[in-house]
Amino acid sequence: MTVTDAAPLSAAGNPIGFGRMLRKEDARFLRGQGNYLDDIQLPGMLHGAILRSPHAHARIISIDTSAAEAHPKVKAVITGAMLEGLKLAWMPTLSQDVQAVLATDKVRFHGQEVAFVVAEDRYSARDALELIVVEYEPLRPVVDARRALEPGAPVIRTDIEGKQDNHIFDWEAGDREATDEVFRRAEVVVAQDMLYPRVHPAPMETCGSIASMDRVTGQLTAWSTTQAPHAHRTLYALVAGIPEHKVRIISPDIGGGFGNKVGIYPGYVLAVVGSIVTGHPVKWVEDRSENLMSTSFARDYHMHGEIAATKSGKILGLRVKVLADHGAFNGTAQPTKFPAGFFHIFPGSYDLEAAHCEVTGVYTNKAPGGVAYACSFRVTEAVYLVERMVEVLADELKMDPADVRRQNLLRPEQFPYMNKTGWEYDSGDYGKTLEVALDKAGYDDLRRRQAEGRARWRAAGGTPEHPEVGGEHLMGIGISFFTEGVGAGPKKHMDILGLGMADGCELRVHPTGKAQLRLSVQTQGQGHETTFAQIVAHELGIPPEDIEVIHGDTDNTPFGLGTYGSRSTPVSGAAAAVVSRRIRDKARIVAAAALECSTDDLEWELGRWKVKGDPEKGKTIQEIAMLAHGTLELPEGVEGHLDASVVYDPPNLTYPYGAYICVVDLDPGTGQIKVDRFIAVDDCGPRINPMIVEGQVHGGLADGVGMALMEVIAFDESGNHLGGSFMDYLLPTSLECPSWELGETVTPSPHHPLGVKGVGESATVGSPPAVVNAVVDALEPFGVRHADMPLTPAQVWLAMRGRPLRTDLAVS
Amino acid sequence: MQVTMRVNGEEVSRDVEPRLLLVHFVRERLGLTGTHWGCDTSNCGTCVLWMDGEPVKSCTVLAAMADGRDIRTVEGLEKGTQLDPVQEGFMREHGLQCGFCTPGMMMTARWLLDHNPDPSEHEIREAISGQICRCTGYENIVRAIRWAAEHPAKEEVAS
Amino acid sequence: MQTPAPFEYDRATSIDQAIGLLEQYGPDTRLVAGGHSLLPMMKLRLAQPGRLVDINDLDDLSYIRQEEAQIAIGSLTRHSELLSSPLLAQHWSIFAEAERVIADPVVRNRGTIGGSLCQGDPAEDLSALVCALRAQLVIRSRGGSRTVEARDFYLGPYETVIGPAEMLTEVRIPIHEGAGSAYEKVERRAGDWAVVAVGCFVKLDADRVLDVGIGLAAVNARGFAAPEAEDRLRGQPATEEQLAAAASLAAQHCRPQADQRGPEDYKRYLVGELTRRALRRAIDRASRGGA
Repeated sequence: MTVTDAAPLSAAGNPIGFGRMLRKEDARFLRGQGNYLDDIQLPGMLHGAILRSPHAHARIISIDTSAAEAHPKVKAVITGAMLEGLKLAWMPTLSQDVQAVLATDKVRFHGQEVAFVVAEDRYSARDALELIVVEYEPLRPVVDARRALEPGAPVIRTDIEGKQDNHIFDWEAGDREATDEVFRRAEVVVAQDMLYPRVHPAPMETCGSIASMDRVTGQLTAWSTTQAPHAHRTLYALVAGIPEHKVRIISPDIGGGFGNKVGIYPGYVLAVVGSIVTGHPVKWVEDRSENLMSTSFARDYHMHGEIAATKSGKILGLRVKVLADHGAFNGTAQPTKFPAGFFHIFPGSYDLEAAHCEVTGVYTNKAPGGVAYACSFRVTEAVYLVERMVEVLADELKMDPADVRRQNLLRPEQFPYMNKTGWEYDSGDYGKTLEVALDKAGYDDLRRRQAEGRARWRAAGGTPEHPEVGGEHLMGIGISFFTEGVGAGPKKHMDILGLGMADGCELRVHPTGKAQLRLSVQTQGQGHETTFAQIVAHELGIPPEDIEVIHGDTDNTPFGLGTYGSRSTPVSGAAAAVVSRRIRDKARIVAAAALECSTDDLEWELGRWKVKGDPEKGKTIQEIAMLAHGTLELPEGVEGHLDASVVYDPPNLTYPYGAYICVVDLDPGTGQIKVDRFIAVDDCGPRINPMIVEGQVHGGLADGVGMALMEVIAFDESGNHLGGSFMDYLLPTSLECPSWELGETVTPSPHHPLGVKGVGESATVGSPPAVVNAVVDALEPFGVRHADMPLTPAQVWLAMRGRPLRTDLAVS
Repeated sequence: MQVTMRVNGEEVSRDVEPRLLLVHFVRERLGLTGTHWGCDTSNCGTCVLWMDGEPVKSCTVLAAMADGRDIRTVEGLEKGTQLDPVQEGFMREHGLQCGFCTPGMMMTARWLLDHNPDPSEHEIREAISGQICRCTGYENIVRAIRWAAEHPAKEEVAS
Repeated sequence: MQTPAPFEYDRATSIDQAIGLLEQYGPDTRLVAGGHSLLPMMKLRLAQPGRLVDINDLDDLSYIRQEEAQIAIGSLTRHSELLSSPLLAQHWSIFAEAERVIADPVVRNRGTIGGSLCQGDPAEDLSALVCALRAQLVIRSRGGSRTVEARDFYLGPYETVIGPAEMLTEVRIPIHEGAGSAYEKVERRAGDWAVVAVGCFVKLDADRVLDVGIGLAAVNARGFAAPEAEDRLRGQPATEEQLAAAASLAAQHCRPQADQRGPEDYKRYLVGELTRRALRRAIDRASRGGA
C-alpha cells in the first residue's frame, strides 16, 4: 500500500495508518488533567526565586543577603560567590561558550541572574528578593549591535582571558569568487538592508524546573520544561558533575516550546543547587517577565542582501552580509559546525548561479540566545532575506513578483538539487505549488481589484503627501515561497557538543498484541502520542488505540536529542517506521514457524502475514505477538518476544516547502494594517495526520502575523529591555488573525522511509515575508521598497513618509 | 483569614493570606490544576475561570475577593462522564495542541454559548480576544466553538 | 509568577464603612474593585498598599440610570455593563464604541468605570470619553459629597484630585438630545492601550455646531480634552474645512511623548486625523437624530 491510500478503520474508528485521527492526548487536556510542570507538588518541596539585574552592564561591588537569610521562611540564599566555591558559577552553553549561572564579576544584561532564594513558599521567596541589597557600579553598555565592534566599545566578556573586543565568530558559506564574478557581469544589481528583529517564542507556559537530589543515593531527579530531556541529562552531568546514570530528567506535559525550552537556563541549575543545599525538592518557575527578558530570544539578524539578475528578471546570484547579535553569552542552540545555523540555505527555492554569505557574530549587553521560535535553525532569517530580495528585484524591474518567482523557481527535473551553498534538496515541484496557491488566492483578480483601488485612491486625490482621501484604503498582496531543510541531522555533519543528532526508538509488542513505543523526542503540543501511534499502525496494522507512545522520561526512553527544528517526524518518525519494520520482519519468522512454512512463502497485508496463494492461511500481528511470547519453537538464533530498538541516523535533511500569499488592507490615514486573507499551500510530503499538520500550519501563520506586525524586543540606550511583559511584547489575538486558507501538494521525500517531511516550523518560517511583502506592496504608491518588522501603525506611517525606524532601538 | 466559597458546586473553606491570588488558591490549595497561569498582567487568559457566573482572569482576583462567591473551573465542565459540548468540540475540531490555553478558552466559550447560542465567527473571535493561544492560530478554536454551538447538550435543547 | 507583598484586607459593607476604613488606616489604604489596574501593579511590587478595602459588595454603587437630563453611573459599574447598556446606547454611541476597544471581554467583566478613572492612566479610554462629554464626577467623603468636572479631575499622570479618605461614587453624564458622538482609537493590537484615541460629541443646530466636546487619550492633553479645537468649532458650520481646522488645533495643543507605540509626530498627526474622523461620524449621527 502507498502512504496516500486511505487507511482502514479500527474498531474504535481510528485509521490504522495515515489519516485524520482525533488526538489521544486530548482526553486529559480537555478535563484540566494535564500534568504541566507547575502542577507538580512534591512532599517537602521548596520554592526558588531569582534576583535579577536592573542594569544592562554593571560591576557588582557587593551583595548583602543577611536580611533575606533572616526571613523566617527562607531556607537558603545563593550568590555567585557561593557558586564559585562549588565551581558552578559558570555553565557551558550549547555554542561552546560559557554563561554565568549567577553573576560574579559583573552583570551583562538587564534581567541577568544575580542571586537565588529558596523559601517555603513562592510568595515568601519573592518577598525575600526585596531584602537582598546589591551595590552596582554601572558600566557603559553595548546596546547597538552595529557598534559592538567599534574601537573603544566596552568589552563585555572580560571573563574571557585576553578578550579585547566583542567579536564572537566570522563564518561564511558559498563561493565568494564565483559570486563576485556573477555580480560583476550582472545587468541588474539591487541591494537592501534589513533587520529581522529580536523576538521571543513566548510559549504560554513559561520555563521551570523542579530538582530533587537524594542525598543518600546521589540520585538527581529533575522535572523540567524541556524539549530535549536526554540532551539535558548529559549536560547536567557535564555541568554539575553528577554521574549521568544518577540523573533522571522528566519532561511532563509542555505548554508550548517553540525553541524556548531547548537550552538549560541558570534557573534549572539553581534548582539543583537549591536542592543539594537544602535537602528538599526545589521548584523554580519563571514569571512572564523573566521568560521574556532572560530566556532564549530569537533572530536579531542585521542583514545586507544583494541580488544580481538580468534585465528580464533571471536571478543570477545572491550575496549576503549578516551581523548577528548573540547577546552577552553565545548560547545559541544549533548543530555545532554551524554557528549561523542553517542560514546558508538563503539561496532559497531559486535556480541561481552563485551565492555567498558572511556572518559575523557579536556580543551585546542583551540576553543570550538567538535560535528559537520555530526558526528551523535560522532558516527563518534566510527565507525572509531571499523572499524580500526577490520582491526588491521585482520592484526594481517593475515586474510582477509572481512572474519573477515563476521564472526562477527550481524545476522538478533538477531534483535532487545541490544548491550553491552545499544543501542537497531532496525533492520538489515548486512551480506546481506556486500555481496552486495563486489559483486559490485568485491572484489575477486580486491584482485587478488592487489596481482599481489604487485608481480610486488617486482619483480621489490620494498622493504620498495626502494619503487620506475619503477613507479609501489600499490593498497589498504579498507572496513568499520558502524551502526549509529540516530533520537534523546526518551524524557525519551534525552534532551538538559532540552528541550526534540521531534518534533512538524502541517498540515492544506485548503478548496480547498491544504495543508501547518509546521515543527520544518530546511533544510540546505536536501530538506525538497520536502521530507516532499512527506510524506504527501504518507499518504493523495494530490499531493506534492499542499503541501507547512513551516519551519525556530519560529513564524510560532511548537516547536522542529531542524535539526542535522540525526534526521529530523526519528523524524519530523514520526511527518509528524502521523499528516497526524490524518487528514486522521478526513477526514473519514467527509466523513462518507457526504456519510451518518458509518466510519466503509469506506476504504481508496490513496487520497480517499470510501464505502466498492461500490468503485464508495466515497469522495476525496479534496472534504472532502471543506466539512470540509463547512456547513456539523458533528457528535457531531467533530470540523470543516481539521487541526491537533502533537508532536512526538520517541520510539527509527533508526539504518541505510552500507558497504563501497574504492580502492586507492599509488604512493610509493611520498606517493601520489588517490581514484580510492568508493562503498557505504546503508541501511536506504525505501527511500522517492531516488534521495535526493543518493545526501546525495554522499556528505558524499566526506567528508570522505577530512577527510581521507587532512582536519585537527593543532596548533603550541604557540597555533596558522594553518588552518585558505581555503589555509590551504583543502577541496576535484571534482578532488579528484571518481565517486561514490552506492547500497542499504532495511530493514525498525520496529518502525518508515514509516519504514525510517536517512541517512544524514551515509556517513560522514562511509567513513573515508574505505579510511584510504584502504591506510593502500596499505601500507601492508611496515608493516604499522596504521597512523593517514589526510593521506597527507607526512604522507603516513612517515608511509612507520615507523614514522607517530602527525597530530594535527605543522609539524617539 | 478564612475564605469560604463554592467551587464546582462544592463548598470549600481554607485559611489564606489576604494576598493569595485566586489562581493559586484553586491550583495549590484545592489541587484544581486545570486552571493555568501564563502572565502577570491579565493579558494571556490561561487563568480564566468563572466567578459568580462570569469569566474572570483569576490571576487578577484575590482569593479573599472570591470569599462567598461561586467558582467554576474547567474541572466543573464535564457532567458525570459526559463532556460538555465545548470540550467535545475542542477535541473534534482539534482546537488544542499544547493544551495550556485550553481550559481558559473553553470556560469563555461555554459562557459565550450560554449567552449567545449561535455566535458568528466574529463574535467568537471577539469573545476570546483576551486569551492568547500560541499553537492553533485560533482557527480551530473558532471551529470548535462553532461545533459546540451546533451540537448543544440535550438538557440545553430542552431548556 | 509575580505575587503581591503582604497587606491587610477588609471587605466593605457600605460606602460609609469603606470611607471610614480609609480614614482609619490612612493613605496606605487602597480601595479595590475590579482590581485590574491595582493588582498587576501590586504583583510587580510597584504598588505596596498596607491594606485593601474591597468594595465589590457595594451593590448600591452599581447602576446606570437616567436622572432628569443626566445619566448617573455608579462607580462600581463594570465595563461590560457600560458596553451593553441600552440607556447609554440610546443617548451616547460613544460608550459602546469605546468599550468595545477597551482591554478584552473577560477583563471588561471585572474592570469598573471608577477604577479606570481613578487610576489616571494617561492612555485611559474612559478618561477621554468622560472628558469629551464633560461629565461630572461625584466624590464622597465623611463630610458629604463634592462634584468635580471630569476635566478638573486629573492632576497629572496617575494623579487625581481624590483625597486619601475619599471615594469616587458616581459619574454623571449629561444628555444632549439629538447630539451625536463617536470614538476613534488606533492601537497596535486588539486590547492594547491606545497609540492615540479621540472621543467626541457634537450637537448641531441645523448645519451649525451648537456644542462640541473632544476628549484625547494617550497624548497628555490637559484634562484629556482639546478645548482650543472645541472653541474653534463651536458656532461654525459643520463643514470639512472647519473640522480640519479644529482637528489641527487639537493636534497642536496636545503633548504626546514618543514611546514604543510611536514617535511624537505620528501621535500628533493621529490626533488630527482621528479628531476629524470622530467629528465626522458624530456629526453624521447628530444629523440623523443623534446618539
